[in-house]
Amino acid sequence: MSATARTVGLPILVVEGVSLAFGGVKALQGVSFDVREHEIRAIIGPNGAGKSSMLNVINGVYHPQEGTITFRGVSRRGMVVHEAAAQGIGRTFQNIALFRGMTVLDNIMTGRNLKIRSTFLEQAVWLGRARREELAHRRKVEEIIDFLEIQHIRKTPVGRLPYGLQKRVELARALAMEPELLLLDEPMAGMNLEEKQDMCRFVLDVNEQFGTTIVLIEHDMGVVMDISDRVVVLDYGRKIADGTPEEVRANQAVIDAYLGVAH
Amino acid sequence: MGGPVSFFFEVLFSGLLAGVMYSLVALGFVLIYKASGVFNFAQGAMVFFAALTFVSLVERGVNFWLAMAITLAVMIVLGVLTERVVLRPLINQPQITLFMATIGLAFFLEGLSQGIWGSQPHGLDIGIRDEPMEWLAERTGMFLSQFDLFAAAIAAVLVTVLALFFQRTRIGRALRAVADDHQAALAVGIPLKQIWAIVWAVAGFVALVAGLLWGARTGVQFALTFVALKALPVLILGGFESIAGAIVGGLIIGASEKLAEVYLGPYVGGGIESWFPYVLALAFLLIRPEGLFGEKHIDRV
Repeated sequence: MSATARTVGLPILVVEGVSLAFGGVKALQGVSFDVREHEIRAIIGPNGAGKSSMLNVINGVYHPQEGTITFRGVSRRGMVVHEAAAQGIGRTFQNIALFRGMTVLDNIMTGRNLKIRSTFLEQAVWLGRARREELAHRRKVEEIIDFLEIQHIRKTPVGRLPYGLQKRVELARALAMEPELLLLDEPMAGMNLEEKQDMCRFVLDVNEQFGTTIVLIEHDMGVVMDISDRVVVLDYGRKIADGTPEEVRANQAVIDAYLGVAH
Repeated sequence: MGGPVSFFFEVLFSGLLAGVMYSLVALGFVLIYKASGVFNFAQGAMVFFAALTFVSLVERGVNFWLAMAITLAVMIVLGVLTERVVLRPLINQPQITLFMATIGLAFFLEGLSQGIWGSQPHGLDIGIRDEPMEWLAERTGMFLSQFDLFAAAIAAVLVTVLALFFQRTRIGRALRAVADDHQAALAVGIPLKQIWAIVWAVAGFVALVAGLLWGARTGVQFALTFVALKALPVLILGGFESIAGAIVGGLIIGASEKLAEVYLGPYVGGGIESWFPYVLALAFLLIRPEGLFGEKHIDRV
């Protein structure tokens, strides 16, 4: 079920020799891989392999002790999270991080925050430019709402929504940023089969229609093998395999890591 | 005119106007609470600090408006410094930690202001007399203070500006986002530190306005820090997150305490005014703990 309409381009993100340690715990050790434009790249691995740490390094939550992250040709080691967002990196979280007191609509509107250009005074008095801008952002947000089929819950405070829908709202908020690179931390964790299928479809549609490059962490092997173009496998903070789903599936190191091996 | 009906309205209106003064202090709390989910224990100290700085400058011969500008600048610097020194190291910490930090800040500010300006009380004259307005008394038979009306007008302007700020602007939306979830706010590109600095500076400005009005009424002295205690029932009534709530809560508290004093006071020996708001707040906590305008948080378990 790999994509057909889009063409995978040159690397947009390059991770080189990244090592990250928390005190004595080595979360990542010399990890290198690249992500090409428009592709869906999965990071998999057993529990504690360093998948979430990897995502947090890309998006600036953690600053690695060694190695560099190159996004769109700009190299850096440490970066502040909101700067990463400003450069076009959007993300969702493993444990949903939504603004619980706000409605679905307001939550998604926060994703437009970086795109608002009119000044503070113009907004306060609701002058021409601010008004036009707000309406344009609202239109964009409504498009995303339609796209993710959450029209019926637009005005609902997110705290009242079931888990599966909260995950979808979180995706919507990330999409509202119109990111070039979208990081999804276990987008299907804890979902039932139907919700998982919906989410898979949305991830593929986002990738196909908006051309968004996606890096995702997922535990469900079936999902990963189905939707991703290439897969990185981490184990104990090291990269043990990298390639297409077929290559990774056949890789002995991966099989050992998942099934365990007699030493 | 005159008689019991007119007297009732006089009590009611003077209560409402006194309530506006409580609302002003409550507003400062609401601002910080909205942006960081923290009850800012130092708000009373900020009111005191602002008023004392202003009055000391004026007493040293600084022009009224210049003193106001300088004090405002000091409050903004204070807000930005608070973010840098106190809050920034505490990002992603539990709210109780932030609350404890504001208690420390309160003591620090109280000490600092008295260390710099001394601890004797000062009178503060902002040019508005605290006397009944004659033309109003002639026409309606009600004795309402000119000062109260002035304070109400100031509060109305302030509230309108803040409401526009929160509802319409990008910073306002960012503020509400930051209050809900730090991590998520950062991920959508909201600069947490900048937002906190802005909101503390605005809270400093509100503290200055409240400090001037309260200082003019009661004199600038240490007891000004206790004004914050009167804001507490206002917040419980109105809800900690709502600007509208701070206003309505203040009006209810002001009106009810004056009415209770006048009409119930004689039966219980008077002095109701000082404790009635807290009883009202307690009753509210039993009936509607999130306040009139507060957000009800429903958590799925």
